[in-house]
Amino acid sequence: MKSRYDVLVIGGGPAGAIAAGTAAKAGLSVCLVEKRPAIGAPVRCAEGLGTEALAEFTAPDPCFISAELRGAGIVAPDGSSLQLNSQMAGSKVGYILDRKVFDRELVWRAAETGADVAVKTRASAPILENGAVKGAVLQYCGQTMRVEADVVIAADGVESKFPRWCGIDTTVPVREIMTCAQYLMTDIDIDPTLTVFYVGNEIAPQGYLWIFPKGDRSANVGVGISGLKSGSGHRARDYLDRFVASKFPNGKTIEYIVGGVPVCQPLACTAADGLMIAGDAARVVDPLTGGGIYNAMFTGRLAAQTAVSAISSGKCTKDVLMAYDRGWRESHMGKTIARNWHLKEYFVKMTDEKFNALISSVSTLNLEEISTKNLVRELIRKNPLVLGDLAKLALSLR
Amino acid sequence: MLHVFRDVCGYCGCCVSVCPEGALELIDAYLEVGDNCTGCGICAKVCPLGALEVKDEVPV
Ligand SMILES: Cc1cc2nc3c(=O)[nH]c(=O)nc-3n(C[C@H](O)[C@H](O)[C@H](O)COP(=O)(O)OP(=O)(O)OC[C@H]3O[C@@H](n4cnc5c(N)ncnc54)[C@H](O)[C@@H]3O)c2cc1C
Ligand code: SF4
Ligand code: SF4
Repeated sequence: MKSRYDVLVIGGGPAGAIAAGTAAKAGLSVCLVEKRPAIGAPVRCAEGLGTEALAEFTAPDPCFISAELRGAGIVAPDGSSLQLNSQMAGSKVGYILDRKVFDRELVWRAAETGADVAVKTRASAPILENGAVKGAVLQYCGQTMRVEADVVIAADGVESKFPRWCGIDTTVPVREIMTCAQYLMTDIDIDPTLTVFYVGNEIAPQGYLWIFPKGDRSANVGVGISGLKSGSGHRARDYLDRFVASKFPNGKTIEYIVGGVPVCQPLACTAADGLMIAGDAARVVDPLTGGGIYNAMFTGRLAAQTAVSAISSGKCTKDVLMAYDRGWRESHMGKTIARNWHLKEYFVKMTDEKFNALISSVSTLNLEEISTKNLVRELIRKNPLVLGDLAKLALSLR
Repeated sequence: MLHVFRDVCGYCGCCVSVCPEGALELIDAYLEVGDNCTGCGICAKVCPLGALEVKDEVPV
């Protein structure tokens, strides 16, 4: 590792890896630091990603694909269910990744493109000069190092600390953290091409439970609930254990996964002098689905592109780096987050009776493309009375 | 005082994200509690596993 780089990236998740790769490809000197000894492990994800979302960044390499999806199912509190199919015959709607391999592959590619990578290396403080970020203090196996950089990209995930040390409040409101527990289970009866979601206040208050296939008889079985609903005796893990005991009593758990997903609105500002914040650290997860892999890669890439032009202009001040903040907010991704936050606020207040009515109103939906937007639009069309109060939001779904 | 049950913790960082004081930090698999912890208990509430508990200081 050198003592100076053009760009220093903190965090080796999808946001950091894509940021480092993009900046290196443009010819900048880049270093990515990851505090964990191994990229991608332990996993904190259900690993679902849409076909097009993946294609925007890489071809679907079999080494990191666990399952190919053809549809999705939603199960109501009373057991009625709704099946979502893609109209494009035979088309894959998405994948369940193997994030241990995927995340490592992305960092590997960044390294091959020319980025330096340091694992088991933790950023412990920013280097600040007159309030501007000029690099970071790093801890590597008991050694302290100072690395200067024109631009620091904080891609330090849900547990992000770096922006906070720079004076930016990243606290997630309790009611907007999805607290999650998941088992990777094997020897269970599932449909290996279908993701299944269970909703309802008994099964997953203000959240949902998922079964994401990882193979013919294996799946990520997990649950996320609102932090507000979590407490002693009724934590995410309690809900998961209850479900697994009744649904998959003979399944075997081969991996134990926990995590938090920020489903709040994004940070009010994601750029400062010498600093950009990307991925979960910027709180850019889709608030309705909890999906954050694509958004992490999208913001990581945009942050790096902004760094490239800022560095070539010789000015890395906040006003220049704000192009990044504006860029993602105005993008399709940014607009989807804004809209889905409102939808989430609507759905978390939904009663079980309403869920039952909605889901039993239609048993199969053939959508041109499976997306929350198309699903909600169809549900509103079929349930004008139940979802009448959603009508004003419906306008934004066109 | 905030107590971490280290055998229970799955080092996921969920608690770190909600602490209003920024008192928690995940150092790989080790959750560190800073001196600025006020014992408010928000982190203990959201932990998916119940690995955190605010215990009253017992005077010796
Ligand atoms: C249970 C669960 C299920 C999920 N399911 C899905 C899903 O199906 N689909 C989907 O799209 N999304 C899902 N998500 C969300 C998704 O996992 C995240 O949005 C995504 O990982 C964000 O990527 P990131 O690069 O921003 O952060 P991360 O992947 O969290 O990477 C951040 C990295 O930064 C490192 N780091 C942190 N601090 C420092 C430091 N000071 N110094 C050095 N390194 C540091 C961390 O160790 C970590 O490796 C799920 C999340 C959870 C918890
Ligand atoms: S939320 Fe719980 S399991 Fe996760 S790091 Fe904090 S104490 Fe550990
Ligand atoms: S008890 Fe409150 S102040 Fe202390 S670590 Fe937890 S959330 Fe932060």
